[in-house]
Amino acid sequence: MTVIMSKVWVDVCPLEKLIPGRGVCALVGGLQVAVFRIVGEEIYAISNFDPFSRAFVLSRGIVGSKAERLKVASPIYKQSFDLDTGVCLDDATVSVRTFEVRVEGGIVQVASP
Amino acid sequence: MELHEHRRTLVVAGNGMVGHKLLEILVERGATAEWDIVTFCEEGRPAYDRVGLSSFFNGTSADELSLVSPGFFDQLGLTIHMGDAVASIDRQSGEVVSDKGLRIPYEAVVLATGSFPFVPPVPGKDTPGCFVYRTLDDLEAIREYAAGCRVGAVVGGGLLGLEAANALRSLGLDTHVVEFAERLMPVQVDEGGGSVLRRRIEDLGVHVHTGMATTEIVTAKSGGVGAMRFKEGDDLPVDLVVFSAGIRPRDQLARDAGLAVGERGGVVVDDACRTSDPKIFAIGECALYGGRIFGLVSPGYQMARVAADRILGGEAAFTGADMSTKLKLMGIDVASFGDAFATEPGNEAITYRDPVANVYKRLVLGPPDRRGDRKVAGGILVGDAAVYQTLLQMCRGDMPSPKHPEELIFPAGSGAAVPAVGVGALPGTAMVCSCNNVDKGTICAAVAAGCDSVGTIKGITKAGTGCGGCVPLVTDILKDEQGKAGVVVANTLCEHFAYSRQELFDIVRVHRITSFSEVLAAHGTGEGCEICKPAVASMLASLANGHILDGERAALQDTNDHFLANLQRDGTYSVVPRVPGGEITPDQLIALGEVAKEFNLYTKITGGQRIDLFGARVDQLPHIWRRLIDAGMESGHAYGKALRTVKSCVGQTWCRFGVQDSTTLAIDLELRYRGLRAPHKIKGAVSGCTRECAEAQGKDFGVIATEKGWNVYVGGNGGVRPKHAELLAANLDRDTVLRYIDRFLMFYVRTADRLERTAVWLDKLEGGIEYLRRVVIDDVLGICAELEADMARHVDTYECEWKAVVDDPERMERFRTFVNSDEQDPNVVFVTERGQIRPAFDHEKADPALLTIGAKP
Ligand code: SRM
Ligand SMILES: Cc1cc2nc3c(=O)[nH]c(=O)nc-3n(C[C@H](O)[C@H](O)[C@H](O)COP(=O)(O)OP(=O)(O)OC[C@H]3O[C@@H](n4cnc5c(N)ncnc54)[C@H](O)[C@@H]3O)c2cc1C
Ligand code: SF4
Ligand code: FES
Repeated sequence: MTVIMSKVWVDVCPLEKLIPGRGVCALVGGLQVAVFRIVGEEIYAISNFDPFSRAFVLSRGIVGSKAERLKVASPIYKQSFDLDTGVCLDDATVSVRTFEVRVEGGIVQVASP
Repeated sequence: MELHEHRRTLVVAGNGMVGHKLLEILVERGATAEWDIVTFCEEGRPAYDRVGLSSFFNGTSADELSLVSPGFFDQLGLTIHMGDAVASIDRQSGEVVSDKGLRIPYEAVVLATGSFPFVPPVPGKDTPGCFVYRTLDDLEAIREYAAGCRVGAVVGGGLLGLEAANALRSLGLDTHVVEFAERLMPVQVDEGGGSVLRRRIEDLGVHVHTGMATTEIVTAKSGGVGAMRFKEGDDLPVDLVVFSAGIRPRDQLARDAGLAVGERGGVVVDDACRTSDPKIFAIGECALYGGRIFGLVSPGYQMARVAADRILGGEAAFTGADMSTKLKLMGIDVASFGDAFATEPGNEAITYRDPVANVYKRLVLGPPDRRGDRKVAGGILVGDAAVYQTLLQMCRGDMPSPKHPEELIFPAGSGAAVPAVGVGALPGTAMVCSCNNVDKGTICAAVAAGCDSVGTIKGITKAGTGCGGCVPLVTDILKDEQGKAGVVVANTLCEHFAYSRQELFDIVRVHRITSFSEVLAAHGTGEGCEICKPAVASMLASLANGHILDGERAALQDTNDHFLANLQRDGTYSVVPRVPGGEITPDQLIALGEVAKEFNLYTKITGGQRIDLFGARVDQLPHIWRRLIDAGMESGHAYGKALRTVKSCVGQTWCRFGVQDSTTLAIDLELRYRGLRAPHKIKGAVSGCTRECAEAQGKDFGVIATEKGWNVYVGGNGGVRPKHAELLAANLDRDTVLRYIDRFLMFYVRTADRLERTAVWLDKLEGGIEYLRRVVIDDVLGICAELEADMARHVDTYECEWKAVVDDPERMERFRTFVNSDEQDPNVVFVTERGQIRPAFDHEKADPALLTIGAKP
């Protein structure tokens, strides 16, 4: 049996409110989602939960790159997470979930699972 | 600080290497709180590095050899009488009497009088042109006299004799060494080693005569030395003679005072380093322990540590010392360790000799154990001492001996495989620096704490600052540890910039760059990261002083800077308003209390004389600050790599001992440098007198009042590796204090590495405090005007970052928990403890009955 669930897109905020290279936190279906804008409409969304400190803070980290991967570094103990896959770049056994994002009519939206 | 009405007096006879070490240890251990320490220094200059004496002939100045850090003897509780010697100890009256007639009543005395060179009683030994080799004065005299000479000779082919011979050679003299024994260095090496050493030295053009007894120094017509006469053979025409026929302990004071001395000299001490009078100690080369004189600096330092501990009521004991040595004599490695002569029962030697390469190695192995294995017990290495450290560690039992230790002395490729024994194999407890008692673990800890050069390791652990013999090992450990930690040893900021912070700072400054994207595009690669972004943000802030959250800069800041508050473990923030100099009015205290109550914040007095409010959510921050700013407060920059606090004491205004108004100066300094962004945080303090209640010597910059003005100290640190600040300049007026600190801080901001406090920076600075003085006082780089102008711009353009936020609705926008909702983070929950909130631990979160929730704005 296959259950087909339709996605619900939740509004985050207007694109121009996002500072390039910085994140914000949105509530999406009761979950805390960290949303980052790199440049233009290049947006990523991962969980706001930092598994190392167990605090909800990833949206407040610094965005950057390691080799070719885009990443955010947790502001608490500085582990980095791949923005694309959610995998921790310092410890591949740890990862955080990722979310689908899009920009619709100038509004950033995250898919509620 | 407590004041001890009853102060006791300790007299130290001799300010040589060991005597000075004793003073340093006593000061470090706080002895001056109770003791007045009076030192007599017979030589015309205070302690210097006698081990490095010969480098005087290679251009090292007397000042560079000094062991006394600037301002050392200016400290309260220390007195030094230069050019005056202890003449006698009157044990009846308990007084020390000096050559110049001073009488000092004592509670304890330490003899650190060292030794004198033994001159054999041959006729003519006092002829002009005859010298000994012990003090800087001796060397100056030799240098002067040698100018008119062609041939020089050294009487004595021991360790010091060979060193003296090398010195004569470097002065351009045709040099002879005359040794009474049948070989060179008879004490350290055996027959085989001695002959290899001899050939090597002869290869350098030095003439070696062994088995020759000097019977007379013949005077020339000029009245100076003309020739040496021997029991055997012809006269040797020479112009200059250096006697280096051994040392004798300077024990006359002890003899006169009726203390026990050895048959062949030396003040007898027990394992507390006490002489036969319990109030009198003897340490260093004048002391005789277990029938032995230890003619090396490392055992002397160990004695100094023991005596200091005993004086302070401790129980440390001296139990003898290892006489292992490794030297580089005229560029030739010579080492001897453990039972070098295989005199212990059951020990046996294996010898390796390479007559072509002129290398000699002898390994002494202990008796076989049950399995037939034998441990390294000693050895002698001449010409190639590369395996010395490894063998020494095995000999001391710090490292296991391999199955076939003898393979270690055979060269690689001889068929016997050389087992791989790197420093990595050493355990943490292995003694690395025996002069200063530093083990490998301590060095590793220093590396882990951020030391990345031998210089900084020296500064922090003191390893390598005695005889210097362990420096190669320290270097290897550093490299090994860095390698393990994956540190790229090149000093680049991160993968995005192939520059050090200082280089990048210069790029940003010279090219007048004002944004991260500009510097990344022109000089970097990739997208940047959490290392280079805040580093560049700090440079931009130090140089331009705009609001740190403006434009693109907002994305560069660490979360603390981004939200202008300190992130806590649960994701909430703390709020620390500035309290300049720690002075606060009752109204401000009330306002703080009201704000804390209203927002239900935890309050605590910080270690920096101000008040911290904890438990604020992001969205509460601007509301809290609105209230604080209305009450006349401003940001304390507790979140930034910036000026934190300038601690003060009440000083002259109230305190009966204060000699200047320390509180006012502290406030002025804090207001002057508030908001200054730097490679790391900066702390200051001002004390009103030498009692130092503000702990200025533990700060990046500290000021201590004197009768005549202010003393400025720099480069102090508490924290991970505490370090006392160094005196930059003394007795300054207020304006000069500001000027010097302006220059010092800006020079630091320009040149330090990322996250490098002033203490570490100063340690690394080539030439140390001396060089710093030349830059910020003498202006040798000609940049002082620029540094002052940079600081003036900072002072003029300062604004409170929080005021700029609460006055601007657009900036306020950023302080939200969720962009798309006004809800609070349900994971931030508190419990109550001692009447205040604290973040709940995970197990408490499971029980809602325990929880309290922060108030809504
Ligand atoms: C609040 C306070 C402790 C307290 O309850 O008293 C404190 C708290 C923190 N200290 Fe501290 N330090 C505090 C006084 C000190 C002192 C004492 C002093 O300043 O006289 C020291 C030693 C003195 C020194 O720095 O030389 C001190 C040495 C450190 C260090 C080690 C620095 C070093 O060079 O080794 C760190 C770590 C760092 O900065 O990398 C640190 C870091 C921190 C941080 C910022 C750690 C962090 O990243 O979360 C703490 C957060 C503060 C906050 O949330 O507000 N704190 N810290 C003190 C705030 C003083 C103030 O008013 O600003
Ligand atoms: C050229 C040279 C090279 C050396 N190389 C090494 C080496 O490589 N490794 C090593 O471990 N050791 C070496 N040493 C030995 C080392 O220098 C000594 O072990 C060390 O200096 C001993 O320290 P001390 O304080 O006991 O004596 P000293 O350093 O000699 O100090 C004693 C001081 O006390 C003063 N004094 C004496 N009597 C009185 C008095 N009555 N009142 C006041 N002052 C008095 C003396 O003038 C002198 O300044 C070397 C020594 C020399 C000369
Ligand atoms: S003036 Fe300051 S440093 Fe001196 S005793 Fe008084 S409070 Fe302490
Ligand atoms: S062993 Fe002498 S300085 Fe380290």
